[in-house]
Amino acid sequence: MALSNVFETPAAGFNFDNAARNAALEGLFDGQTPKPLKTGTTIAGLVFKDGVVLGADTRATSSEVVADKMCAKIHYIAPNIYCCGAGTAADTEKTTDLLSSNLTIFSLNSGRNPRVVMAVNILQDTLYRYHGQIGASLILGGVDCTGNHLYTVGPYGSVNKMPYLAMGSGDLAALGILEDGYKPDLELDKAKELVRVAIHAGIMSDLGSGNNIDICVITRPGVDYIRPYQVSEYKDKRKTKYKYGPGTTPVLTEKVVPVKLEVVEETVQRMDTA
Amino acid sequence: MGRLQTHPVVNSAQEVMDAIEESGHDEKLDREMAWTNAINFEEYLQEWMCLACSHSSKPSKESRRDGIKMNTRGLRSQLKDSVPVAGLCPQGAYGVQDTLRSGFTSVKNELLPSHPLELSERNFQPNQDKMNFSTLRNIQGLHAPMKLQMEYRAARQIQRLPFLQSSNLALDILRGNDESVGFEDILNDPAQSEMMGEPHMMVEYKLGLL
Repeated sequence: MALSNVFETPAAGFNFDNAARNAALEGLFDGQTPKPLKTGTTIAGLVFKDGVVLGADTRATSSEVVADKMCAKIHYIAPNIYCCGAGTAADTEKTTDLLSSNLTIFSLNSGRNPRVVMAVNILQDTLYRYHGQIGASLILGGVDCTGNHLYTVGPYGSVNKMPYLAMGSGDLAALGILEDGYKPDLELDKAKELVRVAIHAGIMSDLGSGNNIDICVITRPGVDYIRPYQVSEYKDKRKTKYKYGPGTTPVLTEKVVPVKLEVVEETVQRMDTA
Repeated sequence: MGRLQTHPVVNSAQEVMDAIEESGHDEKLDREMAWTNAINFEEYLQEWMCLACSHSSKPSKESRRDGIKMNTRGLRSQLKDSVPVAGLCPQGAYGVQDTLRSGFTSVKNELLPSHPLELSERNFQPNQDKMNFSTLRNIQGLHAPMKLQMEYRAARQIQRLPFLQSSNLALDILRGNDESVGFEDILNDPAQSEMMGEPHMMVEYKLGLL
């Protein structure tokens, strides 16, 4: 139906029409407004001799409930760049998706692999534009022609370049391990082990992190995305199919009543099969 | 034995006179610079169009009669570009709240906070443009942003009627949006908008007759 109070087609992008309504509703809900799905995470990364190792846990929480036990927090950005995301799950997903699309367009245009600084700058501009309303804390790591890089971008657009980083609700525990064990130019196995221990510390010390550990190793020759690198020892034996064979329920009595049917009318209609 | 060349004293007066003349020249330059800094391309173009056109064609006569500038967009729809604070600019014809369309006024409605990003998002593109044009002016001179703005103006006019969806292809290419994906490409696609406006009213609004 054509509405008479619409004078212009609505602009594309974010629509703030419901902001006033939401503010009014917040008072009614008494503080229990539906909360977005957060990842409540431990993510960590470090630069080693041949590249970058990124690690993440796999738990996604929705307030106090574990919403996803096998959440994938290491997102693909480019063949040589991967990104771990902490914060609101949808925000990290969409932001990294957009970033990946833009970098793909760029590499199709220019014929080169994108550099990690480009990804960081695009992310920083986007997140700053939205003044922290997009709750995405990201750790970007990649290998490009200038070397191995690891950056973190905060939800308000702050950027930090460090040889080792941890973000998320379990970052304090993970950072402790990293600070203790990090040395420049580690070997691949030691680097993977250090990241694993760091994420494990986050999982043990933080309620919002848990389940399995994913590791992603980015080197010049290629990427090794190990999912899961370590499976949690606390697994539950849950059946996914609930089928009961005959004899599960005991039969107490059986009564058979035949129903008499008689043919009243019979019509035949031919199908037109030409 | 070397010779030390110095300016002969007799020419110093000449030098002083030259300096004064130069500073006079600088004043003219300053005035010109002030003019270029204060120039607003839209106004400038309007002036020229008023001067250059005879105003004898039918549409321009009507628009002059209504008291609005010779512009296809009516005054009210132009106001939408510079987004003000909500409530300070009622949208009725005489500055009064348009009760029929927007409902009863309520101070609470005006004061209730809209989303913190609403204003900054609506003004984002114009602000980016302003920043880019002013940087370009500082680097390359006034001609560069003027030429670009002329192109933008021309591309912006390639549009369908207001109630139909225009692709804005030329404008997108000029802005560089054809090679990037943003939230405005994914969310709230106008082609799939749930609300449809009344076509006649939308055209009247655009022409400023509403």
